[in-house]
Parts: sequence; structure tokens; C-alpha cells
Amino acid sequence: MGWLLLKDLRILGRSPLLVAVLVGYSVVVSLVVGAALSSGPTKPKVAFANLVAPEDSEIALGGQRIDASQYADKLFEKVQPIRVKTREQAIEKVRSGEALAALVVPADVTEKLQGTLGLAGAGRPTVEVYYNADNPLKRQYVQDTIESTLADANQAISAEVLREAARYLNVIVAGGEVGLPIVGTVDILGLRNARAIIEAARSNLPAGAPERAALEQVSRFARLAADNLDVSKPILASISSPVRVKQTVIAGSSTSISAFAAEAAVIGSMMFVALLLAAGMLALEREENAFGRLVRGLVSRTALVVQKIGLAALCAFALTAVMLGILGALLGLDFGRAPLWLLVLAASAIAFGAMGVAIGGVTREVRSASLAAFVLSLPVAALALVPSGAVAEGLYDLIRVVSGIFPFRPSLQALDAAVSGGDLLMPLLHLAALALAFGALARLSLRRFA
Amino acid sequence: MSSVAATAPVALTADGVSKAYGERRALQGVSFTAHGGERIAIIGPNGAGKTTLLQILAGSLRPSGGSVSLEQGQVGWVPQQPALYSKLSVAENLRLFARLERCPDVEGTVERMLDQTGLRDRAGDEVASLSGGNRQRVNIAIGLLAEPSVLLLDEPSSSLDPRQRERLWAFVGGLAEAGTAVVFATHNVGEAERFADRLLVLADGELLFSGSPRELEQTVGGDAETPDFEAAFVRFLHEKGH
Repeated sequence: MGWLLLKDLRILGRSPLLVAVLVGYSVVVSLVVGAALSSGPTKPKVAFANLVAPEDSEIALGGQRIDASQYADKLFEKVQPIRVKTREQAIEKVRSGEALAALVVPADVTEKLQGTLGLAGAGRPTVEVYYNADNPLKRQYVQDTIESTLADANQAISAEVLREAARYLNVIVAGGEVGLPIVGTVDILGLRNARAIIEAARSNLPAGAPERAALEQVSRFARLAADNLDVSKPILASISSPVRVKQTVIAGSSTSISAFAAEAAVIGSMMFVALLLAAGMLALEREENAFGRLVRGLVSRTALVVQKIGLAALCAFALTAVMLGILGALLGLDFGRAPLWLLVLAASAIAFGAMGVAIGGVTREVRSASLAAFVLSLPVAALALVPSGAVAEGLYDLIRVVSGIFPFRPSLQALDAAVSGGDLLMPLLHLAALALAFGALARLSLRRFA
Repeated sequence: MSSVAATAPVALTADGVSKAYGERRALQGVSFTAHGGERIAIIGPNGAGKTTLLQILAGSLRPSGGSVSLEQGQVGWVPQQPALYSKLSVAENLRLFARLERCPDVEGTVERMLDQTGLRDRAGDEVASLSGGNRQRVNIAIGLLAEPSVLLLDEPSSSLDPRQRERLWAFVGGLAEAGTAVVFATHNVGEAERFADRLLVLADGELLFSGSPRELEQTVGGDAETPDFEAAFVRFLHEKGH
């Protein structure tokens, strides 16, 4: 059996194109996935035309002057701005493809913002967005980016407004100074101080004086107003962030999307390498007419199945171990868990190898085996990645059963557990069961293989 | 049967060998013996069961009934299509199969086969680069690696040109003279007449005749309708209802 393994490795070594594809594919995929995941998303380019004159950029909020242009910075946190001077220039940037979209802030935006804040009813300020909707995906991407960007700017402005309102409430309750347009700085008595003055005046009145009852009413009002307005400050604060989010993971892992994408890339590569090699190399024994010669006493059919599984598993394990090493370095995975990674890769490689040999045994020809390996593996991988809740319950149960028949899903679960922690035993047992089942199917298929 | 073969011990015995694929019976109770140094040709129309019989004798196919016994030594098997790894060189193919055959002296065996097949100068060439004739020589060489007492060949000359055929049969003749029992299947009845000591005629899985070419001709009787051996063979089949 060892000689056959060496023979197969030598044959692989003499197929430089195949080796280059297998090795190059794995290394390139790992580098591309790793680079994409570790570098973070690129900010989309957006043409930006601010038509507001510099002297008009301030708005009055209470007694404060606020420069609205500082909130434009919020617009640029998620995009890379290309600053232009006119609306036409901005639109041209989009037409030429230099910018994904154009954002135009009209000249009257601060005036309308001022009117909105002063409840003057001047109409809500509006910014203009221009983009090419080449396809639905791009349109959705632009809409999401712009809406998210404007939501951040709106939130920053509303937070400032609420801060100012809370400051005014504080002055009304406790007293203090406020600056008002034209009038200048004004000293506000405050409800609490007013009540203290009223209480003092009331105590100086003779008992039974009719003014005492009236002052008692005013004092009670001042106390009630001060207490309730004090309570309204946290209520106002909550308006800026009305809903808080508390997240609890019920089941599954807390793997980052980057690590999960890396795991999927590794298992996907393993699937292709192991299936194609196992299926192809077994079918090759028949195409070279060597099968009949081998099984007439030189090698048992069972040994041949084991040898082909071993060959495919060995190659797939080596390639994916390199891939995972590269991705682990690029994504900063915990190399202290590397022995578990290798254990999972070995178990997965054996299961995929067994499945590949079964495919080779059933199809019996290299071309058919390769085609069947592709046709089977692609939908199986896609099915394994369908999340619960994405489809109807019954359909999801069916998908779970179908994807559970193949090694992709348990391999991904096992690698996820090995990388990020979680239950490793069940997916490993699942893989062992699949390896035995596919191995038995492969052995059965060799009864009519010659 | 040559005089040498007639006195040689029995090398192989097939006793009531049969093979069925479902309802279809590919072989029906075929029995014969092969002596050391004897050259036996299995002939018959397409689908007669020639290859099935050889595969059963070689041990690569299980019979449905009957038995095959080898008196001593091993069986060498040369399938119709060269069973070689085209990406390996001639020497690498010989070395691999010598190891799988558990030859005690692998390198010595490889050297011997390279000399015997006259392929020493092509030893390092990939099999894919060889002509059909040379591939068949390597194919036969692999069948001879274990120095078998019985050599089975399935249509060994089908892909060879006339010159290569002559060399092949000379080579096979040399093996038989050295004591190896040679059993081969062929469509070429002329070759069977020339190079076989004994014929086994199969039709529809049934053994219709076992004897020398001359005995077959005598069975049908020599007349104007059977001017040569091929005509005698066709007439024989016709008379047997095939």
C-alpha cells in the first residue's frame, strides 16, 4: 500500500499543472481572503459639494452659536470625500465613475436647520444625493452608506440640541445665567430660588393673612415644577438614544466574521482538493487498466480504498494546514489552539477523502469523477451555509439533513470550535461516521469497478 | 500438444468453471488443464467468454461455480489493454509491480525484464511516450515479473504491427520452451493455428472443442469449403449452431 501511495505522489509530482493549480489555488485563496479580511473595508469615494457660504455656516441654538460645518465631519467618517465646489462638478464625478455618489449640501441648509430648531416652520433642511444605479446591489450599497452616514450626522446635531435644552432646563430649575440674542446675558432666578423667596415672604405674613394661602399655592407650584422639570432631563437624554441594545448569544460560537470566513475558505479548499484527488486518482487506476492487475492478489480492494483516502487526505491536510497558518497569521488567530486545528483538518481530510473515493468508485472515469465532485460539492457547501431563519422551518430541517450527509458542515463546525472554542466532540464524531459510511460505499462500489 | 508439453506436469486445472451475470450465463462449466510449456489458444466469436475465462484464471474475477487450481508457482496476467501507469517510466512501472509482487530481488528482476523485453534503452522514458508495441512489451514484462509457471495473455497482439507480432510470438515461444504454460485469447485464428499447441473453442460461454488445430480441421473434414484453417473454424462454429 505504501508503494502505491508513493506511486501516486510521484504521478502527482509529474503533473506540474495539477500541482500548481492545487498549491497555487490554496495559497492564493488564503492570501486573498486573509488580506481582504485583515485590511478592513475601503471607504467609498463620494463627491462632496458644500454650497453653504462660510459666513452662513453658523446657527443659533439658544444663546449659543454652533458651526454646522463641524457636523459635516460626521459625513466623512464612512466615506472618502472628493471635495468639489458646485453641484454640477459633483454630478460629473458620479457620471465619470470617479465617485460612487455625490452629496450636495444646498446653500439654504443652515437657514432651514435654524428654522427647524427654532420651530419657525421653514421646512426641514434637505441634502441632495446623486448616484448611478448600475445594478440593484450597487444601488442598495449606496443607499445604505448614505443613509447610515446621514443618520450619524442627524444624531450628532440632535444630541447637541438636547444638550442645550437640558442646560436651559437646569437654569430654569436651579437658576443661573443664559446668553440670549440681542438681549445679551440674563440672570435667571430659577424655580427653586423663587420658591425660597416665596416661603420667606409667606413666613413673614401674619397668621390668617389672606395672602398666605395664595403664596402657599405659588410655592407648591414652584416645588412641583422644579421637581418635574428635573426629572425631564434624563427623559430628554433618552430621546437621543431611545433604545439600548443588550445582546445575548443563546447558542453557537462568538466567532468573528473574519475568522468564520477564513474557516469557510479553508474547508472549501479542502473539499475541492480532497474530493478531486480521491475521485480522480481512483478512477485513474481503472483508466490505466491497472485496477484489474492490482486486485488479483497484489492489493486488496479495501487496501486500495484506504490508500486513496490516505493520499487525498494527506495532500488536502498539507495544503489546508498551510492555508490556515497563513490566515491565522494575517488574522491574528490564537496559535495556542493549533493542535486542535490540525486534529480537525486531519479528520475533515479523511472524511472528504472517503467521499471522493466513493465518487470515483461510483463514476469510474476521471472526467465523470471530477464533474461529479464539483457538482456535488458546490451545492452542498452552499446548503451548509444557509442560516436558520433564512428559510421556512421545514425547508431548513431538510437542508440540515442533506448538508449533514456530507462532510462540509461538520468540518466547518469542528474548525470553528477548534479556532474559537465550542463543542468539538460532536462534529468530530459526525466526521468519523461520515468517513466510515463513505469508505464503506467506496468499498462496495469497487465490486463492479473493473 | 508439443511433445515437451505432453510429458510436462499439469500447471493449471480449471474444473467446471462457470460465471453468471444475473440471468446471463457468461461461462458454463468450462474444464481443462494446462501443462508446463504448453501454448493454449482460446478462440471464439465475440462474447464467447474468452476474457471472462482468463480473468477467472488470473484471479481477478470470482467464478460463480467450479474451481481453478494452480499446481505450483504463480499466474502471470497480461490484460488486453496495457495495464501501466503512463506517467511513470518503464523502469518505474517494473519496479512498482516487482515490489507489489514481493519479488525478493527487485532491482535484479527489473534489470532482467529490461533485457528480456529489449527495452533497456527506453528504461527511463515515460510509458506515455512509448509506441503501442513497446507498451505491450512492458505489459507482458509485468506479467512475467514473478516468473510465473502459467502466463495468461488476453489478445496480446491486437495492437501490434506484423513485425511486432512476430517478435511477440517468438518471445512467447521462448517462455514456453523454458517451461511456462502459456494461455492466450485471440481473435486471430491464424495466429492460434500457428502459435498454439492446443485450442479451446468457446461460444456463448460453452467449451465446444479442446484439441490441436489439426484435430479441429479433421473434425469438420477437409474439402473445398474449408480451404484454410479460418474457414474450418467458421464451419465448425456453424455446425455447432453458432
